[in-house]
Amino acid sequence: MRLFRPFIPSLAVMLMASSGAGAQAVLIDKSEIRFVSRQMGVNVEGRFRKWKANVDFRPKELAKSKAEFEIDLASIDLASEESETEVRRPRWFDTAKFPVATFHSTAMKDLGGDRYEIAGTLTLKGKAQDEKFPIEVKKDAAGNSVATGEFTIKRLAFNIGDGQWGDPTIVADDVIVRVRMVLPRAA
Amino acid sequence: MTRYRYTRTARTFHWLAALLIFTGFALGLYMSDLEFSPDKLRYYVWHKWLGITVFLLAAARLAWRAANPAPALPVAMPAWQRRVAVAAHVLLYALMLAIPLSGWIYSSATGVSVAYLNLVDLPNLVPKDREMAKTLLLLHQSLNYLLAAVVTVHVAAALKHHFVDRDDILARMLPGR
Repeated sequence: MRLFRPFIPSLAVMLMASSGAGAQAVLIDKSEIRFVSRQMGVNVEGRFRKWKANVDFRPKELAKSKAEFEIDLASIDLASEESETEVRRPRWFDTAKFPVATFHSTAMKDLGGDRYEIAGTLTLKGKAQDEKFPIEVKKDAAGNSVATGEFTIKRLAFNIGDGQWGDPTIVADDVIVRVRMVLPRAA
Repeated sequence: MTRYRYTRTARTFHWLAALLIFTGFALGLYMSDLEFSPDKLRYYVWHKWLGITVFLLAAARLAWRAANPAPALPVAMPAWQRRVAVAAHVLLYALMLAIPLSGWIYSSATGVSVAYLNLVDLPNLVPKDREMAKTLLLLHQSLNYLLAAVVTVHVAAALKHHFVDRDDILARMLPGR
């Protein structure tokens, strides 16, 4: 089942229209959702190939700002096709039953100096958890806003990787998620 | 004075390399066909440690050898055989360095970093790239099959020297004395 197509401009425009004035279409090709997992003492990098974002970020009106993400878990990019097949299985993400992970922001706070704190709810494998993480927003050369943030999730709290994979000395409980979102300069 | 026998150090280098290479090669063949499991990941980690050890050993051995040349070949050996013997040994050394290196680059391309004995974190040499990883795996495997072929010739030549030519080529590398 193909849940998402890569963003095409028309789709982005539709999304903007449906989510009200001010919503910015995230520049999907420049943005990424990556993660690092620690396995047997070494770092294993990964990312998600397909995800959707609905971001309305207004630095001066944080109460009206929001960030929503929907990640196609089966689109995971890992070390090999074999390990990608593995993590789609029920003992990991169980993508047949839980195809997407979502994040919905609930509050944003100005931390000063281009830094903000995003609070929201992360739903993964049927479990919802409140998360809070700082982001930094900078302008790139083209005038786009680049938001980068990093947070750590505990995979075992979401039952990701149980049974023989439940041992955190084999695959660490902590997974570092790194998000980079590029928003176009305001028109 | 001409020495005909390898020193104890040279023989230790040789047999240690043989043991590590054989183990790493066999483990590599075995682990890649296993079902995905914690054991499989563990074998990959060990395989990488073996590979790095082979690399370090080969580098140390080359440095040592520069100051301690190998004993002369038997006078009776024809010139073409000497040339082939030299070429085969150069190739063996080159592969002992190139194979672990290709494995490390391959691992980097899959996004999996390498830590030697869990003590030293090695940097990733290339960014994560699926297509590049597939090519590098093929390279790593091909170099290994080339090594297997050269080792086969190496062993066959040693046996031929011992049983057909009846010279001391094999005996001078054997343990003991």
